[in-house]
Amino acid sequence: MAVAQQATTPKRRELPRAFGWLGWLGSTLRIMRRNKIGFAGFLIVVAMTLISYIAPIFWPFDPTADPMSIYKTPSSAHWLGTDSQGRDVFSQILNGGAAILSVGYIAAAITTVIGVALGALAAYLGGAVDTVLTWLSDVFLTIPQFALLAVLAGFVHLNGIWGVALLIGFFGWPGLMRAIRSQVLSLKEREYVEAAKMLDMPTSYIIFREIAPGMAGYIATHFVLNVTAAMYASVGLIFLGIVPLSGVNWGVMLNLAWTQGAIFFQDSLWYILSPMIAIVLFQLAMLSMSRSISEIFDPRLRER
Amino acid sequence: MAIARKRTIAIPQFGVVPLMLRRATGHFLVRRLLRAFFTIFFVATCTFWLVHLMPGNPIEVYVNQQITQGIPAELARQQAASLFAIDLDAPLWQQYLTYLGDMARGDMGNSIIRQGSSVSSIIIQYLPWTLFSVGIGLLISFVLGVLLGILAAYRRETWVDHVLTNVLAAIQAIPNYLVAILLLVYLGVRWEVIDIAAMRGTLSPGVHASFSLSFLGDALYHASLPIFVYVLTSIGSWMLAMRASTETTLNEDYVNAGLARGLSQTRVAIGYVGRNAILPLFTQLMIAVGFAVGGSLLIEQIFSYQGIGSMLATAIGQRDYPLIQGILLTITTSVVVVNLIADLLYSRLDPRLRRR
Repeated sequence: MAVAQQATTPKRRELPRAFGWLGWLGSTLRIMRRNKIGFAGFLIVVAMTLISYIAPIFWPFDPTADPMSIYKTPSSAHWLGTDSQGRDVFSQILNGGAAILSVGYIAAAITTVIGVALGALAAYLGGAVDTVLTWLSDVFLTIPQFALLAVLAGFVHLNGIWGVALLIGFFGWPGLMRAIRSQVLSLKEREYVEAAKMLDMPTSYIIFREIAPGMAGYIATHFVLNVTAAMYASVGLIFLGIVPLSGVNWGVMLNLAWTQGAIFFQDSLWYILSPMIAIVLFQLAMLSMSRSISEIFDPRLRER
Repeated sequence: MAIARKRTIAIPQFGVVPLMLRRATGHFLVRRLLRAFFTIFFVATCTFWLVHLMPGNPIEVYVNQQITQGIPAELARQQAASLFAIDLDAPLWQQYLTYLGDMARGDMGNSIIRQGSSVSSIIIQYLPWTLFSVGIGLLISFVLGVLLGILAAYRRETWVDHVLTNVLAAIQAIPNYLVAILLLVYLGVRWEVIDIAAMRGTLSPGVHASFSLSFLGDALYHASLPIFVYVLTSIGSWMLAMRASTETTLNEDYVNAGLARGLSQTRVAIGYVGRNAILPLFTQLMIAVGFAVGGSLLIEQIFSYQGIGSMLATAIGQRDYPLIQGILLTITTSVVVVNLIADLLYSRLDPRLRRR
């Protein structure tokens, strides 16, 4: 009996695991397709992310200025026209997404981790910890966030994507922390949490294994919203010229178009509009995706 | 209730003074006042330590710059001391206390980029314009957003509701500085609907501050573009919040009770539904004000409107640390004050808070 079991279990495990993951993906996509707007947003987000990270490998940006073709309207050679130095705008759009998206994703991940950890701690521990954390979040919510970020970016010399992402991510937590706090406050009264407490499980186990899964959809929605907020802040900071991000990205394009006075040229319309359209499209797609996310994480909608 | 009680700090149960303390900290407005005070204190403290403890801190950098320009070390230190309104020879904690005292008196040192003018005089010159434009913008968007929210909730699942919800949610997703640039590009340059050259600045040349209609008109004319952007980009959040809040309120028994007593629909909509549904929105005001004031850095730069936001952006660009410090503290204080006013209003509107 024992020998037979040993022989069969590895085989059995091998296949169902892979299929189980595929099945999860399949049922997730099926749930997403119910919400048409949300699914369209999801597709746009995936497409733009893939293009932004893969396109630079195949179509790298050529930074040489061409004074003969300044502010050209779209043509077959330059699909979106050229900029103030005669460089191709379409290739800048392709190459300029990675930096902005990276800042958005990294900053949102940092914000989410801090916000969830502090919110869960405040609600779960209560007492003095809760009082202090709630007050701190109130204080940080009161300080105009973009002004604070701009000031700090001026004080601290930020290097590259990680510097900007760390700064933005570190100050985005108060809103999420409050939301998580109120969620945990209601969740921790549930029977299954009480049961885990009775079994004398460690606090970390209760927070991460019992309470957190119940908020997965909530956290994912906030992650998506935080990506858009981080993009708003990073592009704004780059536009003001406070964050010296070198290379090509949508924020630098906007900043250059602004400082070069491109808006006053008749033929530069596509140069100004393209980075804006890219940013707005991504933001709108993210927002509509956030609408269908809570459905994905709702276990009641899954068949198995 | 259990949650609310847990949050108050433990204070001894007996004795007259502890009892008074307990009653005071239990009071809504007292708690808010304490919090407001603490916020300002916190920002002041953080900026102080940031300026002083950072590697290569601005004061050192300034002194070294002056020395390399051939100014004697002693004189450079004196200049730095007067610029930052501190005594460089005193121990740090003493400098900190002096700094807090100076800030409390409104003395924030002198600006570096504008030789000879104090930080507080610059702030007094620029702050009113931002308060004016952001204030009017938020007021309009709040009123419009609340009205549209009630409308959408009353007409829910009709085309009015769908159009309003989707359009405003979409506009809200567009960063406000992009809206501002788009306005400039299309209204100002392409279609030439507005004269952006004449609209620059806060007032037309030759117009001076006075209590006259022409002054107010001119100020509004120059502020109209920033105001429009603030309204457009913040109206969505008010409308969506009001719609959700109204929907829950409509299910309350007192709404049916009011209608059953024969009150008109409008009367119920305003006095019963609206008045109760508006309460949760006050907690959002803090975020909205902070967002608009933070956004003013970008909006005012784009429209070349000389408010405190564009001044802060300039100060950051030029590394004028005393000015940066002063402006950050001032705008935080103004957001805090606006929130206190909102709290006062809130406690007037919500009788449950007054009784406690």
